[in-house]
Amino acid sequence: MSPSSASPAARWDRRHLLSVADLSRDDLVELLTLSERFAEVGRRPIPKVPALRGRTVGTVFVEASTRTRLSFETAARRLSADVLSFTASSSSLTKGESLRDTVRTIEALGVDCVVVRHGCAGVPTQVARWLGDRVAVVNGGDGWHEHPTQALLDVSTLQQALAARAGVPVEEAGVEGFAGLRVAIVGDVGHSRVARSLVGLLAVLGAKVTLVAPGSLLPASLEGWPLAGVSHDLDAVLGDLDVCYLLRLQTERGAGRFLPSLREYRECFGLSAKRAARLGPDAVVLHPGPMVRGVEIAEEVCEDPRCLVLQQVETGVAVRMAVLYQLLTPGESEEVNRG
Amino acid sequence: MAEPRRRTTRRAPRVLVLRGGTVVDEGGARRADVVVREGRIDAVGPDLGVPGGATVLEADGCLVTPGFVDLHCHLRQPGGETAETVVSASRAAVLGGFTAVVAMPNTEPAIDQASVVREVQALAEDALCEVAVAGAITVGRAGERLAPLGEMAALGVRLFTDDGRGVQDGGVLRRALDYARGLGVTLAEHCEDEAIAGAGLMHEGVWSSRLGLPGRPAAAEEAMVARDLALLRATGGRLHLLHLSSAGSFRLLAAAKAEGLAVTAEVTPHHLALTDACLADFDPVWKVHPPLRGGADVAAAREACASGLVDALATDHAPHPPEAKEVPLDEAAPGMLGLQTAWPVALAALHDGVAPPVGLGGEPDPGSPRLDLVRLVGLLSWQPARIAGLGPEQVGTQGGPIVPGAAANLAVLDPACRWRLEAGALASLSRNSPWLGATLTGRVRHTVVAGEPVVVDGEAQR
Repeated sequence: MSPSSASPAARWDRRHLLSVADLSRDDLVELLTLSERFAEVGRRPIPKVPALRGRTVGTVFVEASTRTRLSFETAARRLSADVLSFTASSSSLTKGESLRDTVRTIEALGVDCVVVRHGCAGVPTQVARWLGDRVAVVNGGDGWHEHPTQALLDVSTLQQALAARAGVPVEEAGVEGFAGLRVAIVGDVGHSRVARSLVGLLAVLGAKVTLVAPGSLLPASLEGWPLAGVSHDLDAVLGDLDVCYLLRLQTERGAGRFLPSLREYRECFGLSAKRAARLGPDAVVLHPGPMVRGVEIAEEVCEDPRCLVLQQVETGVAVRMAVLYQLLTPGESEEVNRG
Repeated sequence: MAEPRRRTTRRAPRVLVLRGGTVVDEGGARRADVVVREGRIDAVGPDLGVPGGATVLEADGCLVTPGFVDLHCHLRQPGGETAETVVSASRAAVLGGFTAVVAMPNTEPAIDQASVVREVQALAEDALCEVAVAGAITVGRAGERLAPLGEMAALGVRLFTDDGRGVQDGGVLRRALDYARGLGVTLAEHCEDEAIAGAGLMHEGVWSSRLGLPGRPAAAEEAMVARDLALLRATGGRLHLLHLSSAGSFRLLAAAKAEGLAVTAEVTPHHLALTDACLADFDPVWKVHPPLRGGADVAAAREACASGLVDALATDHAPHPPEAKEVPLDEAAPGMLGLQTAWPVALAALHDGVAPPVGLGGEPDPGSPRLDLVRLVGLLSWQPARIAGLGPEQVGTQGGPIVPGAAANLAVLDPACRWRLEAGALASLSRNSPWLGATLTGRVRHTVVAGEPVVVDGEAQR
């Protein structure tokens, strides 16, 4: 729902994180600040604080994902929480048990928070409804709907890049640098949960977002989306970008129904070395991963210093620590480093 | 066609008086009492008095109408008995003011041969209302080979449909229309082109795009409506279009009727009352095929009812047990309950002009057309009765008029009563009503089937 959030959100009630629409600008700034402090924890010799000792975080990933699940579990462990991990292949979901029963089972095991990834939009919202307020629910990516922590880590990564560009420490960078920032989100926007969350968050921060995709990979309607523009021509927008955000192209889209071929997509929408050369020296390239090298991004561009993909992964852990911390320690946000 | 066998007539009191109401039928509205004797209307007029030994049903402040006829009802038997049975659905039906329902054939096995028709007809002997059985157009509703329409027609089947899906192969539907012409029956189509609808879970538009849910475009419905009308023109058969929902479909229907094609169409109360914005909470209770559409489509559907373009309201009552609904949207079964809420929802949408979502906070919309009560009752009663083949000039059991000698299938409707729909009040075995917990205006007070008061003061009598 986030891309359409016209009015500023009320302050986050910190019960669940289901959509970026849950977050106001102040909540976002608070999460980014907290995330920066947790990033510092990650750089310690022993990257662990006792903030969530005795708490249990469950991950329920019904759609294949290793990266996001590992990132959440690492975040939970760095906060000293216990972790329970359910994946579709290893759980009773493959034995015909309903998701609702699985969720009930997990609740009965005594989790304080559950991170839900599912191939169908809305499942984290449904799980939150089933669990009431007894357990905090984090949307770990639902269908084409949203992936709030991915968008948070993208914004956090951009904040670091903006600070570096301005030559100031991140703690002092704030979010003013996002105002007017020219961002292109390139690729399969229609089927992208990342795009829906990112468009919402960047709008809150005042960035100017342009979607770049062939018509078959755009949502049926963009009414109400806070966009600066929509383009079907990457070359036309490339010269004026601060951020080029590439979406992963699921290779089955190239089988002829959405795109004539992967080759044609690469030729028209792939970030080749030649296209990357037209990006400014201060511009950055982001990608939510996993990258399909040679399709949406050329091999050489992956290694370009302006490509921040590994920094995104690193930032992901800190951002997810901040989210878990906010959800599980209401009213204690000033005690991050205790112990 | 023979009168349906029903055990219920034995339970009718000898004399029944509906006292103090406003009689509404195709002839208009007038204050009158109605005396029913031996299952038939005996007298209609003001202040008739109560014969000795008569049972009296008070109808003050209420409309006394021919019972409603639902052209589109999923009774789930055989095969889906955890969701609904013929008897449980018939109880929901009479609580909703219906005295006849048409049983859709998408059961397990499908009603695609004489033996299954007979099975459902036998189950219907215990029903609280009349149950007309619809047969499938194709074997197993697979859309490939014609089902034995003649054998089923000989058992009284008047409506054939593969509902749940349309006949996807235009060549098959063309031959079905040709074949059905000789039987004097009507084919009914669920218009959604599956290649266009794809795996869509809701109406494709602003909300599906925001919510990241795969969409079912209105074009999926319109493409099949257009194709079916072209086939009808070519064959000269008789076609009924089920649950039309998109503005473009109504434009096609208007052109076809202007041209004189033998086509009728229905709209569901939920497509008049709810929009795709409801899906924002991702509750599968809103998932239905065709999907809840945008505000402009809802407005077009209301206009099509007001202008007389649409022939009938039909519920598409589709019970599903919790295990089919409390799941992710892509696994959830499409459909919602409708029998017990049809009257208040239709009243709010078409008479009071309440903006969607009706019953869930919508306020009256000055731009919405207002139907008078006679026409609204017509959409629920005599008009669908004729499409079902049960109407005044046909079998004559349903749809009125309320005159001496007519079969006593009657509803007594309170247009003003405000009430809250609680789960415990649902007679259906399923609970998938979008109006659970909602406050609705308009209630069915009594229902009389073949002279038997099966609902008295909102309570089913068996």
